[in-house]
Amino acid sequence: MNTFELTSLLFLGSLLAGFLGSLTGLGGGVVVVPLLTLAFGVDIRYAIGASLVSVIATSSGAAAAYVREGFSNIRVGMFLEIATTVGAITGAVVAAYLKLSWIAIVFGLVLLYSAYESVRSRTDLRGPSEPDRIASLLRMDGSFPASQGIRSYHVTNVPAGFSLMFTAGVLSGVLGIGSGAVKVLAMDRAMKLPFKVSTTTSNFMIGVTAAASAGVYLNRGYVDPGLAMPVVLGVLVGSLIGARLLAGAKVKVLRIVFSTVVALLGLEMMYNGFVGKFVQ
Amino acid sequence: MNASARTMSDKRAEEIIGILLRTGVTIAAIVVFAAAIPYLIRHGSAKPDYHAFHGEPDHLRHISGIVKSSMALDPAAIIQLGILILIATPVARVAFSVFAFAEERDWMYVVVTLIVLALLLFSLSATNL
Repeated sequence: MNTFELTSLLFLGSLLAGFLGSLTGLGGGVVVVPLLTLAFGVDIRYAIGASLVSVIATSSGAAAAYVREGFSNIRVGMFLEIATTVGAITGAVVAAYLKLSWIAIVFGLVLLYSAYESVRSRTDLRGPSEPDRIASLLRMDGSFPASQGIRSYHVTNVPAGFSLMFTAGVLSGVLGIGSGAVKVLAMDRAMKLPFKVSTTTSNFMIGVTAAASAGVYLNRGYVDPGLAMPVVLGVLVGSLIGARLLAGAKVKVLRIVFSTVVALLGLEMMYNGFVGKFVQ
Repeated sequence: MNASARTMSDKRAEEIIGILLRTGVTIAAIVVFAAAIPYLIRHGSAKPDYHAFHGEPDHLRHISGIVKSSMALDPAAIIQLGILILIATPVARVAFSVFAFAEERDWMYVVVTLIVLALLLFSLSATNL
C-alpha cells in the first residue's frame, strides 16, 4: 500500500468514525486509535498523536454550536479545566514511561466503560435544591433553556468532581482521547448538573484538555503530518455531517450498534495488550 | 451589576467564543487541506512505514521549526502548521475568556482562567517533558 492509498483509506475510516461518533454522542476520537492500530498496524504512539489532534477539531467544532445555545456552564467548565489540564499534562508525560501493552489494556477498559455509559438509561435526576457552600463560593450555580422555560440548578460535590476531572485529564493525556464519558460522570453523577448541561460543558472542555497534551505530544514527535492530515479532515467532516443529521435522526438503535462496536474494539485492544502485540 | 446585565454580557461572550472556535477550526482545516495536495503529489507513491516508531524530525516538532519550514513551502510542515492552529484554537478561547471575565469584574474567574492559560502555554512551550 502506498501513501496515497493509505491516506484515502484513513480518510474514509475517520469520516465514518466522526460521523458515527457525533451521531451517537460517543465522539469520533474514541475509535481513531483502535482503527489506526488494529486495522492499519500503525504504532500506537503515532495513533495517539493523530487522535488527540482530531479530538481538538471535533470538540471545538461542536462546542461552537453548543455554547450559543446556552447549555454549557462556562464557570464550571473553566474551573474544572484546571484539573483536566494538569491531568492531561501529567498523563502525556507519564505515557512516555508506560509499557505500550499497559496503555492498550487501559484503553480497552475505557472503551468498554464509554460503551456502557452511552447505552445506560438516563434519568435526569433532580439536582440538589439547597445551594452547596463551595459551589456558591465559586458561583457555579446556573440555568439553562428547558422546554418549560429557563430552569435553574444548583451544583454540588465540587471536590469529587474536581478529582474525577483530574482522572479524565490523565486518561486523555495517556490515551489521546477526549475522555467525554469520564467528564460526564464527574458533572452528571458527582456534581449533579443536569444531563444536557454536563454533556455540552464536557464537549466545551475536551478541546482545552486535548490541547494541553497535544502540545506535549507534538514536541515529542508523536504527531505525524501524513497520518494527522487524513484523520483530522475525515473526523471533522464526518462529525459535521453527523451533527447535521442529528436533529431528525432516530439514534437509539444506531447507538446500541456503535456501542457494541466500541465494546468489541475495547476487548480486542485488551487482548492485544495481554498477548503483547504492542511492543516498544 | 444586576443579574440581567450579567447574563447579557455572558451571552455576548458565549457568542464570541462560538465564532472564535469555528473560525480557528475552519482556518486549520483549510491549511491542512491545502497542504494535503502537494504532500500527496510529493509522497503519494512512497511506501509509508508507520509500524515502527521513529518520531518526527526536529523541524516538524517545535513551533519555530514548523513556521520556518512552512515558509520554505514544505507540505509536511504546512500540515503541522495547520495542526498548530488547531491546538491554538482552544488556547485562544481561554485567553479570550480572561478578558470576558475581567469585563464582568469577576476577578476570581480571571485568576482561574489565567491558571488554565498558563498551564496550556507551559505544555506548548516545554520542549523536554
